[in-house]
Amino acid sequence: MAVRRLHSEQPATFEFTPDNLAWANETIAKFPEGKQASAVISLLWRAQEQHAGWLPEPAIRYVGDMLGMPYIRVYEIATFYTMFQLAPVGVVAHFQICGTTPCMLRGSEDLIAVCKSRISHEPHQLSADGKFSWEEVECLGVCANAPMVQVWKDTYEDLTPALFEQVINQFAADTPPTPGSQIGRKASSPEGGLTSLTDPALYSGGNKN
Amino acid sequence: MSRKLLIDDVEIEVEDGLTLLQACELAGREVPRFCYHERLSIAGNCRMCLVQVDGMPKPVASCAMGVNDLRPTRDGTPNRVDTRTPLVKKAREGVMEFLLINHPLDCPICDQGGECDLQDQAMAYGGGGSRYDENKRAVDEKHLGPLIKTHMTRCIQCTRCVRFMTEIAGVEELGAAGRGEDMEITTYLEEGMLSELSANVVDLCPVGALTHRPWAHNARPWELRKTESIDAMDAVGSAIRVDTRGREVMRILPRTNEDVNEEWISDKTRHVADGLRTQRLDQPYVRINGKLQPASWDQALDAVADRLTATPANNIGAITGDLAGCEEVFALKDLMNRLDVVNLDCRADGEAINADHGRAGYLFNSSIAGLDEADAILLIGANPRTEAAVMNARILLSWRNSDLRIGVVGPAEDLGYDYDHIGASAADLARLADGSHPFAEVLKSAKRPMVIVGSAATARDDGASVYATAARIADAAMAGKDATWNAFNILHTAAGRVGAMDLGFLPSTNADQSASELDTVFLLGCDAPSISNLQAKFVVYLGTHGDIGAHKADVILPGATYTEKSVTYVNMEGRAQLTAKAAFAPGDAREDWKVIRALSDRVDKTLPYDDLEALRAAMYVAAPHLAQIGHLTPADAKATASLAKSDNGQLSDAPFEPAIDDFYLSNPIARASAVMAELSALRQTATKRTEAAE
Repeated sequence: MAVRRLHSEQPATFEFTPDNLAWANETIAKFPEGKQASAVISLLWRAQEQHAGWLPEPAIRYVGDMLGMPYIRVYEIATFYTMFQLAPVGVVAHFQICGTTPCMLRGSEDLIAVCKSRISHEPHQLSADGKFSWEEVECLGVCANAPMVQVWKDTYEDLTPALFEQVINQFAADTPPTPGSQIGRKASSPEGGLTSLTDPALYSGGNKN
Repeated sequence: MSRKLLIDDVEIEVEDGLTLLQACELAGREVPRFCYHERLSIAGNCRMCLVQVDGMPKPVASCAMGVNDLRPTRDGTPNRVDTRTPLVKKAREGVMEFLLINHPLDCPICDQGGECDLQDQAMAYGGGGSRYDENKRAVDEKHLGPLIKTHMTRCIQCTRCVRFMTEIAGVEELGAAGRGEDMEITTYLEEGMLSELSANVVDLCPVGALTHRPWAHNARPWELRKTESIDAMDAVGSAIRVDTRGREVMRILPRTNEDVNEEWISDKTRHVADGLRTQRLDQPYVRINGKLQPASWDQALDAVADRLTATPANNIGAITGDLAGCEEVFALKDLMNRLDVVNLDCRADGEAINADHGRAGYLFNSSIAGLDEADAILLIGANPRTEAAVMNARILLSWRNSDLRIGVVGPAEDLGYDYDHIGASAADLARLADGSHPFAEVLKSAKRPMVIVGSAATARDDGASVYATAARIADAAMAGKDATWNAFNILHTAAGRVGAMDLGFLPSTNADQSASELDTVFLLGCDAPSISNLQAKFVVYLGTHGDIGAHKADVILPGATYTEKSVTYVNMEGRAQLTAKAAFAPGDAREDWKVIRALSDRVDKTLPYDDLEALRAAMYVAAPHLAQIGHLTPADAKATASLAKSDNGQLSDAPFEPAIDDFYLSNPIARASAVMAELSALRQTATKRTEAAE
């Protein structure tokens, strides 16, 4: 992990859209009087979603003002949690490659190699066309379908370098792939279909013997 | 409740609520620590204070473990804690090795060298070497303002500085960005810190990550001569240590005085040191043909003596300044009495505060330590943040730790704590005095109420009424409560004011000349802004810096600053404290009392003391409590009641003005300091920016 800094180029201002503002006020109202600061992560996250997947500096101040928090306290949170992107990410997809043990054993390093050749040599850097970026992250909890990547809120699982290239191509062609396993299995059921308990009668409810 | 512990085979009984670290200290065991500080919240992140506790599988961070958290032993014997076992030694060596993984070995070029906790503890508790071959991580320097130089690679992330700024200074500007090894201490977007207490973080820093920028690479601690003294930048009377090399004051550090400044001092107290060197008056001057010309002591003293003998006594006046110590005030009063001069005053700004009702009429009666117990405070035209910065930290702490309610009549400034803003003008006091404002009820129901009047709030046209009304509010708040508690407090801004009032440097009742009609005026270090309007034909200035008073003067007699003489200052509580002579005054400048003594010779009214001891003996006869160095003698609380009846004039609805326009430039020494000028400029830019944003 590297030192996380605010991006050198920042927009002049940041404001929630009316919808997000209404949502933010609702969220703040969930916390007892005097504990509004507890909403800070939710609000920062919403700000990041609104702002093309990364958190600009004016948003830190905006959220700070909204919750009556000193800016440094919001800044501490934004720099602490790696889920907050402090620099622009790919506009089409920001690939978060899981590099934790199960995924690594199942070949996530090969996926990273694909990122390095297809997107950019270093993580957190935009591809030449600005559409993609990537980073290595810690476990995202889909170990049974390792290796996997996450894009925005969806996960793409059971990847091989070839399948991952295909996923990237589909994003590039503006036809995002279906989230989930890329080898056709359902959730974490066995690869290549069921191997036991395959008799359909088992599931008909008729076999009572 | 208390419980027994067996610490290194010594049985000790400790109070509930203590931590293991405190218990070990009570047992006389030294426990190394970096992040733990007794005046800050507990972080428990340096792991240096590990001890072994019987029944615990691993060493325990003693700073974060309460004695109440220990599981009772099966047989009811005291819990066993060891600080010297091989396990503890190994654990500490391990922690030290980790801390040194990324800490550079640059002690020879580090300003902390010689007074560094990490250096000392690495010697005492560290292993001999490191097994770490990899590169050390480097961290960018941070801009934290003109006072603090950063070497963030040296930071061991104890977060003492962050906790100090948040908890004591009340300014949430410092924070820890990032996480883990990459955690960095910084301000938001690296803006300079805007706090009057910010330089204290350097004292707290256990390593050389934060060092004093103004003194950077000027001196090593072991080259300096250390003199324990008292600060004169405000009326708090903070305990300081003046470090000198040769004739030069190199730095000023805080000393601990629990009753006054705990262990903090304001940035002005600390970094005014360069102002002691610049703009100094180092020889006498006499105005000849409208121009100040350098002169010898003989010429200057003769010029003053001729004038004093030729002028009728009721046309002569004397005013003492903010930094005047008791000794010179006493000598000057003595001389003026012998010359039959009655126009004396120590309240150059025209405050209505007087000594007619006894000492309690002008003291901070509840005492500074009393702030810890107060449960309701009313601030009248006082801004403790600028007028007594260290004291404000105490109010903040008390507010944070208790249900303290604070009300403010005056400008609505950011004080670091929440308060009820009752009104901006004196007229709003009337509503408190007649009980119609809800805060009057707060004061009434408080067990230990405090009414704090800024001395400047009484320097208005309706000053006498403000003074009396405040006493009325205090008197009403005290009704039927603990008789030892006096709720009436004056917040002075000048170190010399209370001492001068104790010595009665005030107009005598038959003084009929107002300052503007005086023919000859003797200024004892008086640089109040009002001096520039002085109409007197002949002005004598005995002081240290080329400031307002010196510009006005016809004769300048160079004196000594508070670090260059041993004088008594009485702080606003009425606590007499002695400064010590840490350095010599520059050039021909002399200690002020000696100048007055020499002058008395020339006017044939020789003062009967030839040395400081004799002067003090005479002074202690006049004001015996001045001999009680360091002690607080409570003043008779009856003063408040009689003061309350003294004036019932009209309160004007003009808003209270801030007593100190610029915290960093409030006295001639500070105005001569380049560091203070830089801080003042920084503060003004920041204020403009905030105003522009609003």
